[in-house]
Amino acid sequence: MGEQKRRSLRLPLNTNILASLISIGVGLIVGLILIYVLNAKAAGGAFISLITTGFRSSDKFAKVLYQAAPLIMTGLSVGFAFKTGLFNIGATGQYTIGSALALIGAIQFQLPWYVCLLLAMIGGAFWGIFPGLFKALFNVNEVITSIMFNWIGMFSVNLIINNMPMMLAKYWGGAQMDRTANLMQANPNALIPRMGLDVLMKSNYMNISIFIAIVFALVAWVLLSKTTFGYELKACGYNRNASVYAGINAKRNIVLSMVISGAFAGVGGGLYYLAGNGQYTLVKALLTAGFNGIPVALLATSSPIGTIFSAFFVSYIQVGGDAMQPDFVREIIDIIISVIIYLAAFALLTRELLARGKQHREDAALDAAEAAEEAAAEAVAEAVVEVKEEVK
Amino acid sequence: MSILADIFSATILFMIPLLLVALGGMFSERSGVVNIALEGIMIIGALCSCLFLRFMDSSGFGPAHPQWGMFFAILVAAFSGALFALLLAFASVNLKADQTIGGTALNMLAPAFAIVLTWAIQGQGQTTILIPTWSRITQETIGIAVKENFFQAFLFKSFYQTTIWAVFIFIITAVVLYKTRFGLRLRACGEHPQAADSVGVNVYRMRYAGVFISGLLGGIGGLAYTLAAGSAFQSTVAGYGFLALAVMIFGNWKPLNILGASLFFALFKILGSYSGSIPFLPKFENIKASEYIYLMLPYVVTMIILVLTSKKSRAPKAEGIPYDKGRR
Repeated sequence: MGEQKRRSLRLPLNTNILASLISIGVGLIVGLILIYVLNAKAAGGAFISLITTGFRSSDKFAKVLYQAAPLIMTGLSVGFAFKTGLFNIGATGQYTIGSALALIGAIQFQLPWYVCLLLAMIGGAFWGIFPGLFKALFNVNEVITSIMFNWIGMFSVNLIINNMPMMLAKYWGGAQMDRTANLMQANPNALIPRMGLDVLMKSNYMNISIFIAIVFALVAWVLLSKTTFGYELKACGYNRNASVYAGINAKRNIVLSMVISGAFAGVGGGLYYLAGNGQYTLVKALLTAGFNGIPVALLATSSPIGTIFSAFFVSYIQVGGDAMQPDFVREIIDIIISVIIYLAAFALLTRELLARGKQHREDAALDAAEAAEEAAAEAVAEAVVEVKEEVK
Repeated sequence: MSILADIFSATILFMIPLLLVALGGMFSERSGVVNIALEGIMIIGALCSCLFLRFMDSSGFGPAHPQWGMFFAILVAAFSGALFALLLAFASVNLKADQTIGGTALNMLAPAFAIVLTWAIQGQGQTTILIPTWSRITQETIGIAVKENFFQAFLFKSFYQTTIWAVFIFIITAVVLYKTRFGLRLRACGEHPQAADSVGVNVYRMRYAGVFISGLLGGIGGLAYTLAAGSAFQSTVAGYGFLALAVMIFGNWKPLNILGASLFFALFKILGSYSGSIPFLPKFENIKASEYIYLMLPYVVTMIILVLTSKKSRAPKAEGIPYDKGRR
């Protein structure tokens, strides 16, 4: 039994990827059926543009990378908390606070981009403290705290930005009342450098943010897989009581995990708004960007390296979804993604089945090998007996 | 005085969806299934019932028999929500999937499905479904004369059938949960499913029932929210499903406490939107856009109270853990 268990634990990486790929395949098939039902005439062309647009031109590919960068960050945020057994539904709030601090640094204080990005990180980490602390000290469910702090964060940011006249687009000669200044006018130094990539890709969406996000993913991977601290975090996620028994400070780890998770989400906000292509709009609704980290993390089964690929995939089909308009509404993408997550919810089951199938095959092979060995041993024994008899 | 009537009336109006949905969440969690999909269930309930109301309006049945039309719409809301909730039950009971993840998927599916369906039915770019005006209960409906007094201003400012049903549903849920065999069994499944199973309770069926009831109530709550929020459905319930989840925890998974919690939260929310016209509230004159302070208030106050009452807060013990007969 012990041997069997060890063997099935050795498998998960391949089966995880396979389970995710199966989920993606089924999700896309559901999407295809749906668009056929809605409008059979335009369906074929629309589906092809859904799955090919992202690679069709360097311009579109740049857009995929541009959207993938913040998705990687929010995906890392949600995934990191998952590893510690926490559900960080507050990535939206942390993302919002991170964005706001980055923009305040950029516009109000005219700081360069890397300082703004650091501010974004600090902002996100700060907003992550609350769910962590409330969970550790008062045992308030982190899901509820996160939801409350999403709203508190959004309203605070709106309040603060409204009271900083310099922050608004109007101060810099913009026409709109309801959004922050265009960074191109307010402080070009705060824009994330493009290093000629925009010329190369022929798109002004292109900058180095995707590389920054990948570096963060690598940092998260090293932290989780190669350090004692990461091991402690994961131990708390698997079994909190056991880890406390083993001398791990679970409360400290809960807070730290949420702070790091928040920092990732904050950087996501910074990367998005410091690219200079979008301006923060003062609306009374939560930003969806943070919530999009949840499917990304689930699809990657919380693995930091997997997050890079799943964020890329989600961004890719979002760009494809935009290309399906106006024949189809882009929310079809959300349906496809939600089907994928629904399937990922019982990925465990799929994974078990896959592992069991593999196990069967391995067991069969092992049995055969054992039988062969036995047969060989018997044959040798017989031969020895025969030889002995002959010698006599 | 009329402002006071307005505030009370609006508080009740916004309290109803929170109450219904939080009670729904309570049934699901008491049976052992974390229902984070309440938001999605509300959207589906609101979507189907609003489409149904449009259909009634155009077919002529609605304007002729407004309250019957509304009654059927409530049924549509309840059963569409319940059907949608079965997707969660299937994932979490049969497939033993992670309940939070399944719920998140449904939350993402619902608004997208609503937008796609609204487009498909009403044509490109038409993302709002208007609610017919006959859905409201007025003095005329029950045949009394219009008078300018406090009582009528309070009652008829925004009075819908959902409010009446919410009162009945509240009483029924409290009785069912505490005074019936079904309620006892349901609670047992959320606390110690192995023990419940050992005395012959079908845990799977109980959890299905819990999620189904949460779908019924969540669906009606979705309709109630849409009626409260304005004159049209726009494929969203603005985070009310999540708020209801908070209200449920705030209400400690008990009907009476949930009633109090939803009233409390709705009152603070309405104070925010009426802050300009209430004389005794501070105005923060040197701060721009000070309405955000009041908009933030219900969330801050709920947070403080959650911290203060956290010692007494006790979630159903087995919630979130898939029940596996083999692991008894």
